[in-house]
Amino acid sequence: MNIAGRAHCFGDDINTDYIIASKYKTASLDPRDLTRHLMEDIDPGFGQRVRPGDILVAGKNFGCGSSREGAPLVIKAAGIGVVVAPSFARIFFRNAINIGLPVFICDTAGISTGDDLEFDLEAGTGRNRATGAVIQAAPLPRVMINIVRDGGLAAHIRKHKTFQIA
Amino acid sequence: MAGKTIAEKILSAKSQTDARAGEIVVAALDLTYSHDGNRPLAMELLTSMGTDKVWDPSRYVLFLDHHPSPNAVSAAAHTKLREFAIAQGVQLYEMGDGISHVVLPERGHIAPGDLVIGSDSHSCTGGALAAFSTGVGSTDMAAAMATGHLWMRVPETILVRCNGKLPAHVGAKDLALAIASRIGADGANYMAIEFAGPAVEALTMDGRFTLTNLAIEMGAKAGLIGTDSVTTDWLSGRLKRDWQPLNADRDAVYAQVVDIDANTLTPRIALPHNVDKVVAIQDLPRTRVHQVVIGTCNAARESDLAEAARILKGKHIAPGVRLIVTPSSRDTMVASMQSGVLATLVQAGAVIATPGCSGCAGGCHFAVPDVGENVLSTANRNFKGRLGNPDSFIYLASPATAAASALTGWITDPRQEDVA
Repeated sequence: MNIAGRAHCFGDDINTDYIIASKYKTASLDPRDLTRHLMEDIDPGFGQRVRPGDILVAGKNFGCGSSREGAPLVIKAAGIGVVVAPSFARIFFRNAINIGLPVFICDTAGISTGDDLEFDLEAGTGRNRATGAVIQAAPLPRVMINIVRDGGLAAHIRKHKTFQIA
Repeated sequence: MAGKTIAEKILSAKSQTDARAGEIVVAALDLTYSHDGNRPLAMELLTSMGTDKVWDPSRYVLFLDHHPSPNAVSAAAHTKLREFAIAQGVQLYEMGDGISHVVLPERGHIAPGDLVIGSDSHSCTGGALAAFSTGVGSTDMAAAMATGHLWMRVPETILVRCNGKLPAHVGAKDLALAIASRIGADGANYMAIEFAGPAVEALTMDGRFTLTNLAIEMGAKAGLIGTDSVTTDWLSGRLKRDWQPLNADRDAVYAQVVDIDANTLTPRIALPHNVDKVVAIQDLPRTRVHQVVIGTCNAARESDLAEAARILKGKHIAPGVRLIVTPSSRDTMVASMQSGVLATLVQAGAVIATPGCSGCAGGCHFAVPDVGENVLSTANRNFKGRLGNPDSFIYLASPATAAASALTGWITDPRQEDVA
């Protein structure tokens, strides 16, 4: 699966409260209603500016803090194609894979807001069209690849009745 | 073959393999739990897993702890959860019973060696009883509810050795913040932490829960403490099943060893807006406090409230300061009523909130600070906007520092003669 889009850059340790503030997390059962509040406390207006197909780029430990699955759900509902960071907090990482939000683990130091990026998610490679830099992703564990290929954790469990780790 | 860490022992037993750090296993769960605070609710996703039944109703527990029904949306979710509990035959703790992470150990749901998941990041709290307890999102929880299992990567472990003895008026929270500042917000990501050493052995169970609760703020999957006589005494009368002592092997392999000197520790403050941005109280410039919160699953247990009452007894908080005390459970509240601690706090000017999560996150719709205000809290998170207003500032500290600061209206060292 190939994804191309415009980068929006954020810093290190972006927690799930910043992705979607806890005052909104129960405001609606439909994450599409909450996309306008995406990153509101650290970047007011981002939720209105972001366009489907855009790419979210961050520093280390993206998605730390609360286990709220609303965080990856609202990112996905905003149409963001992939989240790119050198490391993800483990609960967010699992949640994103489980709900079908692509994540790409790689060095993001050379990426700037507005850069035009392209990724081949299956191959784990990408390119920054603005700088020409080649991007290489850290591989996912087998069980996560299986979940992604099945279309998320619910489909995976319906199919196998358990977790396919091999 | 080298020995095993606590995490390796539990995940080996639960996956019936010889599990070592780095391996991926499918493990059988002893206990699963969820609360009313996240959307989607895990129960709403259960049917998407191809079943409408929880695999073992005796191993799933529900909590109405996050929102003491502040609005119609919360009320509707509560109705849904109550109906689900009845239909499935699972236990539900009602509004006012307290915070899941506090109530589960208190009411004997967690034994050493158990594998536990909760759909909340602070599910790592139960690790103080040498249970491998960790947080997951709603979809993982729904899969666990359907199958009774979860895939896990066996984590490497950081051993945090707390040497020496904590000085007077320096407590578990100060130790926890000192460790968080050493390890950092992601220093233990994908890993477990074992807390050990004489300063940990000297802690009560209340203090040990404060320590393991903060493990997630260092990125850890689990925060673990081996069992000893303190564990045994605390579990006696609470846990109704047999359990075995559990400690790491002497020759266990650790990814990293961190040594902390408790002897020289002073009260610690986490500055806005990061839990690992920690300073010693003596290095903090004079800082005004508008609201003090003694609450949350980090430090609002019986001994935390008693410590605050000791400082506030016969005194009154400073004019212009609000003091909000949220007992972390019904049992905490009852014990604090019987001991006179709550009366002391109320006489000193405290507002007592519903036992639960009130005062921790803005989603609880309580204790939201005004623009420009400083909050000093015994909570575990001080993220910008955490309490519902991004233009306020949250500092984290121990219950003793919180009480001393409520008294003066400034962040105050609880070792100071006039407050100690």
